[in-house]
This record gives sequence, C-alpha cells and structure tokens, in this order.
Amino acid sequence: MKSLFSAKNKEVIVGPLSLNNPITVQVLGICSSLAVTAKLEPAIVMGMSVTIIVAISNVIISFMRNTIPVRIRIIVQLVVVATLVTVVSQFLKAFAYDVSVQLSVYVGLIITNCILMGRLEAFAMSNRPWESFLDGLGNGFGYALILVIVAFFRELLGSGSLLGFHVIPASVYESGYVNNGLMVMPPMALIILAIIIWAHRTKVKQLQDN
Amino acid sequence: MNTNSNVYTIVYASVMVIIVAFVLAFFSGSLKERQDLNVKLDKKKQILYSLNLDLQDKDPAALYQQYITQELIVNVNGDVVERKGGFDLDIKTELAKKDESSRLLPVYECNIDGETKYIFPLYGAGLWGPIWGYIALNHDKNTVYGVYFSHAGETPGLGAEITSHVFQSQFPNKKIKNTTNDLVSIAIVKPGKTAEGQDYVDGISGGTITSHGVELMLKNTLVNYTSFLNK
Repeated sequence: MKSLFSAKNKEVIVGPLSLNNPITVQVLGICSSLAVTAKLEPAIVMGMSVTIIVAISNVIISFMRNTIPVRIRIIVQLVVVATLVTVVSQFLKAFAYDVSVQLSVYVGLIITNCILMGRLEAFAMSNRPWESFLDGLGNGFGYALILVIVAFFRELLGSGSLLGFHVIPASVYESGYVNNGLMVMPPMALIILAIIIWAHRTKVKQLQDN
Repeated sequence: MNTNSNVYTIVYASVMVIIVAFVLAFFSGSLKERQDLNVKLDKKKQILYSLNLDLQDKDPAALYQQYITQELIVNVNGDVVERKGGFDLDIKTELAKKDESSRLLPVYECNIDGETKYIFPLYGAGLWGPIWGYIALNHDKNTVYGVYFSHAGETPGLGAEITSHVFQSQFPNKKIKNTTNDLVSIAIVKPGKTAEGQDYVDGISGGTITSHGVELMLKNTLVNYTSFLNK
C-alpha cells in the first residue's frame, strides 16, 4: 500500500495544482474557463464534472492502453471521453437541471477540452491505472481551482453575490457603490486569469524564465 | 498479438462502438423519466413567474396546482378546442405551422385571490438565439398582470437583461389593446421616447435588437390569439 502514495505519485497529484497547472502554466482549457465563470455555482459544477471525467477516462484508457491499436488511438480516446461526457450530461439533466441549463453547451464541449486529450495522450497511454487516476484527479483539481478563483472574483464584483447570496451589504450600495457590469462579460475572465498567471509566476520562481 | 494489423483495428473499433452504444442507451433510458419531469417542472416555474409569484423555497408543482385552474387549447378563431392538455403543447411548433388555421394554442387560466387571469406563452427571436416567455393578462384580456421572459444566449448585461426584474416590472398595468379595442401589443422604445397609439415600456440600453425581439415576440404571438382576446 505504501507505493500507492509514493513521492512520485504525490507529485503526480500535487503538481497540477501549482507548478504544472493545466490552465495557468500549460494554458489549456481556456475557453470553458472564460465561459462558465460568471457565477460560482456553474464553475464548481464544471470543475467537478471535468475532474470526474478526466479521472475516469484516464483510468479506462490506462486499462486499455496495451490493447489500443496505435493508428486509431485518438479516436478510441475520443469515444471514451465522449461517452463519459454524455453520461455526465444526462446525470446533470436528471439531478441538477438548473445547473445543466446554465452550463448548456459547455458540458458537451468538455469533449473537446484540451486538458482531457492532453492527459490521455501524454499520461494515461503510458502509465498504470492508479497513477493515471491520480493524474486525472490532480489535473481536474488544478482546473477547478482556477475556475473557482476566477468565478469568485467575477461573481463578487459583477453581481455582488457569492453562490447566489448577496454578500455586499445594502449600505455599501447606498454610499454609491455599483456592481461592475464588465465583470460578467467574458473578457474580464481573461483579464482575471492573466492577473492570476502574473501573480502565480511572480511567486513561483521555477516558472520564471532567466 | 499484433495490435497494428488491419483486422485487429477494425474488430477493436467495432466492439468498442457496440459496447459504448449499449452504455449510452442504458443511461439515456434509465434517466429519461427524471429528465422529462425536470423539463415540465421548469415550464411550470416559468408560467408561475409571469404571475409575479415568489417561488423561493416553494414547491412549484404545488403552487401550479393551486393557481392554474385550466390548461385550455384554443384555435385561431378563439374557440376553446379542449379544456385540458394545453400544457403539453409547444408554442414553438404551433407557431411554426404554416397553415395558421391548424394552430392549436395553449392558454392557462388561473385564479389569484378570486380573480381570473389568462397566461399566454410567447416565442420569438432575440439577437443570438430564441427568446420566450409568458404574459399574464387580467380578466379583461387587455391589461397586463405580469410577464416573464427568458432567453437561450443573449449577451449578459445587455440583451440578457430582459430577464431582469427591472425590465419586466414595467409591464404590469400596460394595455395590449388601443382605445378602439384593436390588438396593438406593447411597444418597446428607447428610454425617453414614446410610441403613438399604444402602450410602451423602456427598452434596454445596449440591448436594442433583443428589446426589439421582445416587442416582435409579443406582437407576433399575441396576434394568433386575437379572436380569443376579443371574446
């Protein structure tokens, strides 16, 4: 059991949170991180959905990795991802209808999320299932983390609420404060993301070019 | 085994596709019932919103039972074809019928504090995609009691503001008919402007096309109900 959480495995799951973050360092999955971060709730659901899908598809592909014909490996990966995404989307429609309406096409677009294909091709195709599972979780969390941070600022400054609850007291509005309408527009997600990347690189020396 | 041979590749792909088909069919079939329920519940919620009800922490299905007394189906001549089943009609498909006389239109009759209200579904086009909603009229079939608008993909902060309370709260007490009792619908104009011969509300700055879409939606949908509204 010791080997399950060896130093290497720990690196596999912790790495994507900071040093190897799929969004801020590898700059993958930008499109969905712009689209679903106007509010905190859809961002959290999206982060969870992607985490679940990356982890499970990583495991499945890892189990299949020695049988997959090389020439159609991308197709096989796509079919596995597409199946999982469809199932998750059906579950959302059945059990979290309001959220699925908000996420609309973006659940389906998880299929084309570069993070997924990247992890399958780069990691799951050449690693054992357990490591692949950790890698999927790590990358999913790394993705979700950034989504939640961006959504936190966008919902707070754009709508004055968090998870739908108003957190900015009415007295602040009375003294002249207004919600920043720009925050709910996609461009502000890009700007917040850029600020996160800036702060991240300033803090983590390994990411800086000489 | 040679995993690169043509036969292997083809067999592999075929088997995989068949397995996947079964998995998807299984999930789709077993979740269908719940999904349909959700869609219906959502529709009931939208209808209730047009009655200016606060649905926070309340069971929409129970409220719907309480307020909606009849789900009528009417035709373009204003005759009531049926007194139930209107809920299952889709206004989008009915409006798409080229032959206007074959259109079957749902009307929701409801009772609020002893007063009869009529709710009509609306469907039209915004800037980026479809917009829809419900409009509730008083017993006189002329004065607006409340409205609800929603959209598929209007710009947040601009066109999407048609869902806001500020916009929708302008509609109550407006009249959809003019002084000679003709159906003229409600105009949506630039803030500060006015409209001749009909009631009007302020449109949304920066959401001109969506505002115009709402105006057209009101007009084009309600015109189908002309005979019913004049009865």
